[in-house]
Amino acid sequence: MLLGDSAKMPLRKEYTANLEKLKVDVQKMGELAKDSARNAITALVQRDSVLASRIIKENVTIDDLEFDIENRCMKLIALQQPMAVDLRTIGTCMKIITDFDRISDLAGDIAEIVLQIADEPHVKPLIDIPRMSEISQGMLSDCLEAFSTGEIKMLENFSDRDDEIDALFDQIRRELITITIEKPRFIESASHLNFVALHLERIGDHACNIASRIIYMVTGKRRKLE
Amino acid sequence: MSKIEVCGLNVYYEKGTVHALKEVNIEIESNKITALIGPSGCGKTTFLRALNRMNEVNDVMTKGKVIIDGKDIYNGGVDVIQLRKKVGMVFQQPNPFPMSIYDNVAYGPRIHGMRNKKLDMIVEESLKKAALWDEVHDRLEKNALKFSGGQQQRLCIARALAVNPEIILFDEPCSALDPISTSKVEDLLRALKKDYTIVIVTHNMQQAARVSDFTAFFLLGELIECGKTTQIFEKPKDKRTEDYVTGRFG
Repeated sequence: MLLGDSAKMPLRKEYTANLEKLKVDVQKMGELAKDSARNAITALVQRDSVLASRIIKENVTIDDLEFDIENRCMKLIALQQPMAVDLRTIGTCMKIITDFDRISDLAGDIAEIVLQIADEPHVKPLIDIPRMSEISQGMLSDCLEAFSTGEIKMLENFSDRDDEIDALFDQIRRELITITIEKPRFIESASHLNFVALHLERIGDHACNIASRIIYMVTGKRRKLE
Repeated sequence: MSKIEVCGLNVYYEKGTVHALKEVNIEIESNKITALIGPSGCGKTTFLRALNRMNEVNDVMTKGKVIIDGKDIYNGGVDVIQLRKKVGMVFQQPNPFPMSIYDNVAYGPRIHGMRNKKLDMIVEESLKKAALWDEVHDRLEKNALKFSGGQQQRLCIARALAVNPEIILFDEPCSALDPISTSKVEDLLRALKKDYTIVIVTHNMQQAARVSDFTAFFLLGELIECGKTTQIFEKPKDKRTEDYVTGRFG
């Protein structure tokens, strides 16, 4: 059979449908992880224990989704021998679900902190932490859009955006050190906030990992963003 | 370093009415395995057979150059027998002669005038290179047709090696073999490339991915893309190659 003849006939229908479904579920997992991270900061700002508890519960759904997606990736590799863009897509899915899972774990850690400090006033007004969250949310949104559309232009400036998050983290850390030196009774609360900032900094790093994987998926070229 | 350089190769069948290969240009590296892939009828076997003028057995017209070690094999003065000694071939179906293992391997060297002890040495060496010696060394006088398909195919490889070629062409050598025999032949190919330049036609893309260093994709008589195997299977440049290797046409 010549290529010209077969061009009229769709091939590997079930495989193609499974691959599409895989991408949809990775997208869904990414949205859930992103929402968890956003809600964790909302819960912190509003000292909302109910929202914090919900984030911790929802982590289980994300864990299950990761397990299921990984399983399906392994099956597609084992049974369908994917090549070229399909192989890159499945490889990317397997890598970025780990990042999404870590993001939701970090959101869960922030939610745990919220439960511990929800009854106390913040040691400082929360300005830079929501700013870090906003930048990382923007990065995750762009990752998800790039993953679904294959348009990677918006990932180009991720290193700069990550630098911005890192700079905010340094600023917060210095500020918290000053507070604890001046008012040692706030050591515990300041330490909690320091952890929140550290988790947000890590979320920025995960967004960079995801972006570099998506660039590879689309272009076939490996590029490290950090 | 390239062993074979193909320039503007065109092959026509049926008195020029079927244009089977169109302006193919490719360099084939020395001591590497180059896999030719593509759908049925794309010209990959025609291309393979053009490398030792096997197409001439049929009614074909060839235009262009196939330069091996700096000499165009389509030049008038080329001795085709010597060419096919230098560029050996193994076919899809194992095709041992209906004679003993020993005589199968000794057949070529005998034609070229080899006799006695030197012949014994060549038979042993060729069977060892084809990873068959351990299985047959005590049954060299047995009829080759009594052996399994995998063993017969390795015998054909030993027979090709016995005349000391520099290039070996494989035309779907594993398509009639079971997975274990296939795996033995694939291991053998990898071992042989140290001493030989190998070109293999395969319909099995996983096989091309597993064994070859370079892969060339043919479609409708044209060479669409040729590159390192990892590049062809991970990031093909041409959309048609991508559609083919992912199993989606069009």
